[in-house]
Amino acid sequence: MAPSEGLLVRRIREGTVIDHIPAGRALAVLRILGITGREGLRVAVVMNVESRKLGWKDIVKVEGRHLSSEEVNRIALIAPTATINIVKDYRVVEKKRVKLPPVIEGIISCTNPTCITRKPREPVRPRFRLLSEHPLRLQCVYCGTIMEEEDVLEQLEEQGG
Amino acid sequence: MPAQGWRGRDVISILDFTREDLCSLFEAAERMKRLLSEGRLPRLLEGKIVALAFFEPSTRTRLSFEAAAKRLGAETIGFTGEEAVSVAKGENLADTVRMLDGYADVIVIRHRYEGTALYAAEVAEKPVINAGDGKQHHPTQAMLDLFTVKELFGGIDGLVYGVLGDLRFGRAASSFILGLTLFKPEKVYLISPPLLRTRPEVRVRLEEAGIRYEEVDRLEDVLGELDVLYVTRIQKERFPDPREYEKVRGSYRVTRELLEKHAKPGLRVLHPLPRVDEIAFDVDETSYAAYFIQARNGVPVRMALLSLVLGAEV
Ligand SMILES: [Zn+2]
Repeated sequence: MAPSEGLLVRRIREGTVIDHIPAGRALAVLRILGITGREGLRVAVVMNVESRKLGWKDIVKVEGRHLSSEEVNRIALIAPTATINIVKDYRVVEKKRVKLPPVIEGIISCTNPTCITRKPREPVRPRFRLLSEHPLRLQCVYCGTIMEEEDVLEQLEEQGG
Repeated sequence: MPAQGWRGRDVISILDFTREDLCSLFEAAERMKRLLSEGRLPRLLEGKIVALAFFEPSTRTRLSFEAAAKRLGAETIGFTGEEAVSVAKGENLADTVRMLDGYADVIVIRHRYEGTALYAAEVAEKPVINAGDGKQHHPTQAMLDLFTVKELFGGIDGLVYGVLGDLRFGRAASSFILGLTLFKPEKVYLISPPLLRTRPEVRVRLEEAGIRYEEVDRLEDVLGELDVLYVTRIQKERFPDPREYEKVRGSYRVTRELLEKHAKPGLRVLHPLPRVDEIAFDVDETSYAAYFIQARNGVPVRMALLSLVLGAEV
């Protein structure tokens, strides 16, 4: 761990550190988590840090908040390399890698305008089968439409932005 | 003997089935065809109710299901097109399906939105049969198409297929191509104007199944190699943009002259019908035309399907 990085991690007493985010996607990760900064949470965003694994990376630290597994899945869509560090009392007590489940439900919507999941007033949640992780390829369970990484990124970066 | 695993089953995509499933369906369809030709009506579904929920109008498919149900002694209830609007009156699809689920033993559904049949099957307890959802699936059409090929050639494997027309929005073409991936065709030519190329999910499936295929623009270039030419029409209503429709309308046409010049003598031409002008009428009288045989197979194949799904002894 680089010294500057270690310093920043240690600044969090209680919360979550999302590390190894591909450079430039930190703000999108915050948007996906629905964190605007107005919640009163202390948030640190570190962008374009040197990384042995990725070359360059972003880091997001959120104090006082733990992530649900659905939130972790959301992050995996946009930052598949991310690691989630749970921090308690200034120490990393748990390290998780994000992992896309074989079926992704309710996070993104289908790009096909005549998919049943896009029909208003139907109690149906969008559901996608994971075809491939690198590059990301998802297939709508309902209409079969294949969504490529660009489609997913575009949508997740727009959401709540 | 009822085939294993057919009873109570939803029929959403042709890919829900294995080659063995389809072979047992085809055997049942052959028996139905024989009984029909002998004028014997097997009243296997006496006392059953088949719901025909046609949110999108389709006279042919609906009549074919209705005839199949009635030939087997079942009653039908349902609605079509405009009527669907008043049935649904502010109600969502899920609730309409729940209502039909309470009335009938099987629900046959057609809808403009892709994925509707799967969604209906998730909501309903009774089996759901997809009679076409949007541009995606038309499994019973694919079943009767494949049955027709088997009848004409004695088998489905080892033949060279050309699928011509709107491969992007046409559900009959997509389902036929998907259906071929359950067998071992020698090669599949996907023939369409560039704007109407096969959708990625269908190509992915061809690749996964290890089927040799090629996308080409012009029928003339490959016609001489084909055993089966499956022609589809361009449906204006499937186009999100009417200007795109204008660019491709009338872009291909199969004529007697063309066939006589290029085709193998044994070539058979299929078409899910109705046609507009993509097959000239002068083809009808030739030995190539197999689309009327194909159309007549709709009733026995759907009789077999309804019987199997409802667990009747075929
Ligand atoms: Zn979809």
